[in-house]
Amino acid sequence: MSYATAKNQGYIACPSCGLLCQHAALNEGATLLCPRCHATLHSRKPHSIGKTWAFLAAAALLYIPANVLPIMDARSLKEAQVDTIMSGIEYLWKTGSWGLAAIVFIASIVVPCFKLIALSLLNWSVQRKSARWPMLRIRLYRFVELIGRWSMLDIFVVALLVALVQLRMFAVVRAGPAAAAFGAVVVLTMLAAHSFEPRLIWDNVEDE
Amino acid sequence: MNSEMKGTSLPPAPATANVTQVVIACPECDLLQTEVVLAPYATARCSRCSAFLYRNVPHGLERALVCTITGCFCFFLANVFPLISLELQKTINATSLLGAIKFLFEQDLPAVAALVFVCLVLVPLVEMSALLYILLPLRFGRLAPGLPIVFRIVQWVRPWSMVEVFMLGVLVSAVRVSSFASVEAGVAVWSFAVLMLSIIASAWFFNERELWECVQAHAKKS
Repeated sequence: MSYATAKNQGYIACPSCGLLCQHAALNEGATLLCPRCHATLHSRKPHSIGKTWAFLAAAALLYIPANVLPIMDARSLKEAQVDTIMSGIEYLWKTGSWGLAAIVFIASIVVPCFKLIALSLLNWSVQRKSARWPMLRIRLYRFVELIGRWSMLDIFVVALLVALVQLRMFAVVRAGPAAAAFGAVVVLTMLAAHSFEPRLIWDNVEDE
Repeated sequence: MNSEMKGTSLPPAPATANVTQVVIACPECDLLQTEVVLAPYATARCSRCSAFLYRNVPHGLERALVCTITGCFCFFLANVFPLISLELQKTINATSLLGAIKFLFEQDLPAVAALVFVCLVLVPLVEMSALLYILLPLRFGRLAPGLPIVFRIVQWVRPWSMVEVFMLGVLVSAVRVSSFASVEAGVAVWSFAVLMLSIIASAWFFNERELWECVQAHAKKS
């Protein structure tokens, strides 16, 4: 005996307003609309597994230049300092701001890495129709959605530093190519999380 | 757009034996369950996966409107006034958010500038004005034309608003330059802080079920 879900009882819940709609078999293939808010209805997000893989692959690829290339370079009369994401964190650590160094390390190194791994595991488990640990997996998904946006931290820091430290002073800060790559990684992992369909986790779970 | 025109409207699910009971599906695990009446400020969660379902906030829409108006005001201040100013060897350099974006666009990477602009200016602006467009007429007993589409826009842009991340970014960059220059927080920092709080509060208060009840009540009247 399985749980009574909207899908196996012939209903579709509207993703926008939440109204439960009857899914008539004769409408198969047609575009279905919510009677209350006219949003397009899908029982499950279409092609979610493929889309999630595509976004994850693109993000993983860009993750390399994001970490290898310089994100920022600071030039002064005396010296030129090229920062990658990691060396920026080292700088914070050396100057004694350990708390901030830890925050930036988590936001720009740990979170993107964790997201890539976690979403890959989730998508893989859904693809092979696993029924194990649904509660653990849905919690993991919620956590990924919650922390995703915080990776944007480094991009904002670079944007502010570039505008603040200018030629009129003794130094110039310029954004490096890694900033664009890293921004793309954050956007792509957020899109991957968005295209993932959490309801697929539960579709193979049987009542006990 | 096209598919929306051609699509067929599905009939709503029939009411169960008890007319007051509404059946809903969990958005995260699709489990069917009947709605329950909640005490004020209580939250309903899915019985299987404990996903957030809905919350009973008394006068939620009115409170969300108040927060939205506050947010609009702060948004204006946050974009006009300087964020941080930096003083070094008697030169003072202050930057506003729009100034920083412009600088980034001209000098280095337009893609990064566009990303920052979307996450910190465009998305909060769209979210705030869309909420205002929905909630203000509703306060005076009217439905804004195209309400469902505007509501979908709000749902669609919401994940991309990153004002709270930016607040942390301001802190980190202030610490990084404070080693060689003196840093002062501008008016915009405080405006951004209040903007952040009002965005969070308006999303918390916004009672979606109350909104759709209003929509249905209006549909019945006409």
